[in-house]
Amino acid sequence: MSYNMTNVLGIIFANSHDEALPELASNRTMASVPFGGRFRLIDFQLSSMVNSGMSTVGIITKSNYESLLDHIGSARYWDLARSYGGLTILPPYGNIDSGLYVGKLEALRGTLGYIKKTGCEYVILADGNVVLNADYSKIIEEHIETGADITCVASTGNYSASETADAVAFETDATGRVKETILNAAKAGKYTLGLNINILSTALLESLVMDLTPRGKNVFDRDVLQAKAGKLNIRVHEYTGYYSRIHDFESYFTENMKLLDPDNLGKLILKKRPIYTKVRDDAPSKYGLDSSVNNSLVADGCIIDGVVEDSILFRGVKVAKGAVVKNCILMQDTSIGKSTIISNIITDKDVVIGDELRISSAVGSPLYIGKKRVL
Amino acid sequence: MYNKKECVAMLLAGGQGSRLYALTKNVAKPAVPYGGKYRIIDFPLSNCVNSGIDTVGVLTQYQPLVLNDYIGNGQAWNLDRIHGGMHILPPYQSSSGAQWYEGTANAIYQNLSFIDRYDPEYVVILSGDHIYKMDYSKMLNFHKEKNAVCTIAVLDVEYEEASRFGIMSVDEDNAITKFVEKPKVPESTLASMGIYIFSYPTLKKYLTENEMDETATKDFGKNIIPALLENKERLYAYRFEDYWKDVGTIDSLWEANMDLLSPTVSLDLYDPSWKIYSNNDSRAPHIIGKNAKIQNSMVTTGCVIDGAVEFSMISGGVTIEEGAVVTDSILMPGATVKKGAIVEYSIVGESSVIESGAHIGARPETVENKDEWGVAVVGHDVTVSSGSVVKPKEIISADM
Repeated sequence: MSYNMTNVLGIIFANSHDEALPELASNRTMASVPFGGRFRLIDFQLSSMVNSGMSTVGIITKSNYESLLDHIGSARYWDLARSYGGLTILPPYGNIDSGLYVGKLEALRGTLGYIKKTGCEYVILADGNVVLNADYSKIIEEHIETGADITCVASTGNYSASETADAVAFETDATGRVKETILNAAKAGKYTLGLNINILSTALLESLVMDLTPRGKNVFDRDVLQAKAGKLNIRVHEYTGYYSRIHDFESYFTENMKLLDPDNLGKLILKKRPIYTKVRDDAPSKYGLDSSVNNSLVADGCIIDGVVEDSILFRGVKVAKGAVVKNCILMQDTSIGKSTIISNIITDKDVVIGDELRISSAVGSPLYIGKKRVL
Repeated sequence: MYNKKECVAMLLAGGQGSRLYALTKNVAKPAVPYGGKYRIIDFPLSNCVNSGIDTVGVLTQYQPLVLNDYIGNGQAWNLDRIHGGMHILPPYQSSSGAQWYEGTANAIYQNLSFIDRYDPEYVVILSGDHIYKMDYSKMLNFHKEKNAVCTIAVLDVEYEEASRFGIMSVDEDNAITKFVEKPKVPESTLASMGIYIFSYPTLKKYLTENEMDETATKDFGKNIIPALLENKERLYAYRFEDYWKDVGTIDSLWEANMDLLSPTVSLDLYDPSWKIYSNNDSRAPHIIGKNAKIQNSMVTTGCVIDGAVEFSMISGGVTIEEGAVVTDSILMPGATVKKGAIVEYSIVGESSVIESGAHIGARPETVENKDEWGVAVVGHDVTVSSGSVVKPKEIISADM
């Protein structure tokens, strides 16, 4: 008998790691950063949770959440518009003098009432910066079988210094139990690096929050995962599926571009485990008589009359006749004028680039053009 | 308690669409895929919502499974409402017995109690067979201005085509003076588009009287309209002057798809002020591969295209492998064209597989006898094995 996943609560921290992507997350939450042609980062966690049978999800957010609210709406696109449970957005609230929370534990303290009310037995705490298509039912079963207090989803491999700069790494014994937790190593090497997905019982979460926050210990990674290593039975679940962890602007670009490989896209978006997102009712994309398109990921609603290579086009992008787009990510409703040549560019939503312009950046350091800019 | 509605739409979606052969074997005509990501019924449903009509009865009968699944509770068209909204109306059993919908008029008659709930002044009768964008509220205003009891939307067609339609003669005020179904020698070129607005009390009266007449075929064109004319009721023709296409045949379905690729055709699906809504699936954006060559085509989500595609409509989840060639064709959702297969002037049904080296259809110039040429059709869920040939005009509904 598999575990009844409706007893598992998902908590997503929409704003965590905002600072890793100052360009894209200055006007939105990390969770609502666009990704993969038609999605937002949060779609992957929400869809994983729903496809795993979960029906109660809370999103903790504290700032810049207008785009998040707009994206989520009533949550029906993720099948989370429920009369019981469903999706709840948890903006910061507290006493008049408490101010905005700093650490996750503090944020959780403010939402303990919600967490208790859901009646869920377990909780999955997840950050908005990881893209994956996880079957949480398997991970919950493992969590129960191993008798872990906390299960941390992680992936072992060789990582660069920048990848470990804002990350949690675990050292385990032979049985998979965490002996030591390393924070923000900022050093290249082989690590078992956390995917910022942690599973524990709601009872344990409540007691940790009530125990630690009054003593000013508000940081989950430091005050729980690190401080309690060895004391609590913290275990690692080695994640073997396809995933992307967005930790800086460069990784945002490369992780998007990886999806041009149909194998990668096929591992992330499965027929039986789709990734849901807000629907816009665009028409199919139209390729004109003079178009030439190769090695690109194209969402609906695009009208392409120029040349597009090695690029990702979000919904409603227009590429005029004679324009050349190479190695670019063009977000929703970007418009590229006639005979304009661009390469290594990321345009945010609603950018308009006029006729006969040349804009390029060096390979490996893409240029970002902000939302609604007109060039 | 039901809130009163000024206008209720009744959408006749029970048609078999027998002239679409293999494409409507297990699917009602309104659920036939069109335009890459749509089904025919998206057009009248979207028109209703965009025209401000929020109460729509969808009358189903023939093979409703796919259709019901697709329209669901109407949410995709914003028709999941507290008051009104979309309702699927299949034939039902009553104390006086069970009865199929016998004709268009009879189908509406059997659902008078549904309409009565909303106590409307007007009823719009629509069908699920046509591709067009139309603001029914303008037609309703016309109906009110003329103080008509029935207004029929008409299109001025070519004289040669007129004998395929119900043809209206009108006076200088557009009042209908004569109506003939499929006349051999047409007296006018104003063709009925199958869109009617009735003042409800009159509609109810004529439908009820028509039911009493045992010789009647219980059809709007054959019975109701002639009876209204005979009694000198106020019938008006509302001239529509934009894109409208009946997609009841293989050729017209193919043409209507190709029209979307033509820069001279006025049907614009990219106009944000009149969106055509559809029940979107959750697929990734499409991938145009390293070896792909694609021109003058439309492609939607979930496709992986690595072959050569020209002048074609590629629906969701289609795979076209490297070395495959697709020209002047419609690939319906989930179809696969494998390496080296050729698809020309064809319609390939949902989830069908064209194995490598198979050849579907042919260009018209390659066929000597023009009567032997036509669009080739592979039905839904059909596999055409490696090296097989499907000739022009041929319709395949089983594996080969």
